[in-house]
Amino acid sequence: MSGAVITAALAFGFAALGLALVMNLWRLFRGPGLADRILALDTMVINVIGLIVLAGIAHGSGTAFEAALLLAMVGFVGTVAYAKFLLRGDIIE
Amino acid sequence: MSGAAPWAEWLVSALIVLGAAFALIGSWGLVRLPSLMERLHGPTKATTLGLGALLIASIAWFQLGKGMWTTHELLVSLFLFVTAPISANMIAKVHLHRLRHAPGAAEPGPAGTPAAPSEAADWATHEAPHLGTAGDFEGD
Repeated sequence: MSGAVITAALAFGFAALGLALVMNLWRLFRGPGLADRILALDTMVINVIGLIVLAGIAHGSGTAFEAALLLAMVGFVGTVAYAKFLLRGDIIE
Repeated sequence: MSGAAPWAEWLVSALIVLGAAFALIGSWGLVRLPSLMERLHGPTKATTLGLGALLIASIAWFQLGKGMWTTHELLVSLFLFVTAPISANMIAKVHLHRLRHAPGAAEPGPAGTPAAPSEAADWATHEAPHLGTAGDFEGD
């Protein structure tokens, strides 16, 4: 494993991103509107991408980044599909 | 990683702390700010600054610690930087669309209750503009 500084920084990063995810969950439950819930889900995807990147640094393996890239794509498509459905009542017109 | 120089370790650590702090502040803004249009600000900063710093930290770590260049991070950051404004724009459109169909649903912010979108302002949705309003191509 790596030195003490990077271990402490990784611990801080995991804790901060976990706390951020809890805050997003609170906003997801609280609402009050549907747009808030879409925004909370979008932010959760961003934070999970950050967690995957940190896990890649911690493990020293490059395979985590395919997961991060896939999650970035799927999260974007999901957000746009949900917003499009609320705007138009249809996703693919 | 044993091969990393001490300054490289400090650099990567500082970038990780910076990125994670920005992500945390963005989510805190999502919780704390009063209306949706203000809440949109927080997570976009978390995306660009927070994830940008984390991805730079990852590139630096794999280059300085293991001596290999990884390009996946660049792909991820490019994709995120392109898509974050689009998804924020779509969410704002949903907000304005629902505000129009449920008037009075807007929460008051620090600047007071936001003005309801006018009946002529159809740019928020993908509808064709009403005839006689700005943006209709019939009268041009």
